[in-house]
Amino acid sequence: MSLIKELTKGFIKENPVFIMALGLCPALAVSNSIENAIGMGGAATFVLLCSNILISLLKNFIPPKIRIPCYIVVIASFVTIVDMTMNAYLPDLHRNLGIFIPLIVVNCVILGRAEAFASRNSVLKSIFDGIGMGIGFTIALVAVAFFRELLGAGQLMGIQIFPNNYQPILVAILAPGAFLTLGLLMGLINLFKKPETD
Amino acid sequence: MGNIFTLAISAIFINNFVLTRFLGLCPYIGVSKKLDQALGMGMAVIFVMSMASTITWMIHNYLLIPFDLVYLQTIAFILTIATLVQFVEMVIQKMAPSLYKSLGVFLPLITTNCAVLGVSIININESLTFIESILHGIFAGIGFTVVLIIMAGLRERLDKSPVPESMKDLPISFILAGCMALAFLGFAGFNI
Repeated sequence: MSLIKELTKGFIKENPVFIMALGLCPALAVSNSIENAIGMGGAATFVLLCSNILISLLKNFIPPKIRIPCYIVVIASFVTIVDMTMNAYLPDLHRNLGIFIPLIVVNCVILGRAEAFASRNSVLKSIFDGIGMGIGFTIALVAVAFFRELLGAGQLMGIQIFPNNYQPILVAILAPGAFLTLGLLMGLINLFKKPETD
Repeated sequence: MGNIFTLAISAIFINNFVLTRFLGLCPYIGVSKKLDQALGMGMAVIFVMSMASTITWMIHNYLLIPFDLVYLQTIAFILTIATLVQFVEMVIQKMAPSLYKSLGVFLPLITTNCAVLGVSIININESLTFIESILHGIFAGIGFTVVLIIMAGLRERLDKSPVPESMKDLPISFILAGCMALAFLGFAGFNI
């Protein structure tokens, strides 16, 4: 039962992007289409899961004073694996995500989970936490991408949704649209969350 | 000379790290509540970014390329930056305690600032020369500081304005950032 809770808490209640405001750079930069959002979410989830497993296995061997560099090395190794694999099998996606693949290393979601969760909990719990947080991150990316792609291009995953005479709101695809969409979505979540906390 | 000017305008305004390239957003949103804090963070970032650009450029060209180790780029760069930040922190603590007091709290945060790793990777991807890399690091840091300070000023005034309950703090900050990005979009038309 508690494992299920570890898994689902990342979806909405402790969503890394919307609630904790972590991992904002990729969330805004690659959310211009749902395809990119899923690619980025998948890559980050893989790194998060692997680093959570390895760090919770190693938690008794890493000296506390140099733990952050250790975590970074672990995370960077998995990021390199993702980077090379993606370059080999999904070159288009790799080109679209560009610099944000190596930058998964400094994604605060991953380092944050390593520090706050994996270094204190059992391997099994860390696995569920990693998958849950990864899915939560992906949900946030896809949610932002959904509105940006729909309004900015009138299509979803390359399929035309709005009629052809729809004039795309170009700014939604550009940088300002990312900030505005995320701000409005966060506000919306707060609006519905309020009665629960009071 | 003209080249340096182009690089400066491009790094500060046209390709602003925060508003156009989406790098360094965590400190941009996290440390922009007070103006003096924003200034301290900005100075620390300029310093670390210029140092990081210098050292990672040397590591890439004199270590990774000759030994055919380019695939280790991510690991090598992030370790360098982490070490560099730690080193800078210790040096400032010893040599300039007063400076440490104002910058010290921000230094550990900078390791996970993606703008620093970002500038190092962009320098390599755009194959800038050594001098250009250093300047790019400094100018990118200045660009970061400019928008951080503008944002802090706006948010200080925001404290006194009536904002709907659910939009308070983070959501309204993003809306503000969106408006700033819209303004910076105007620079995109520059042709230099």
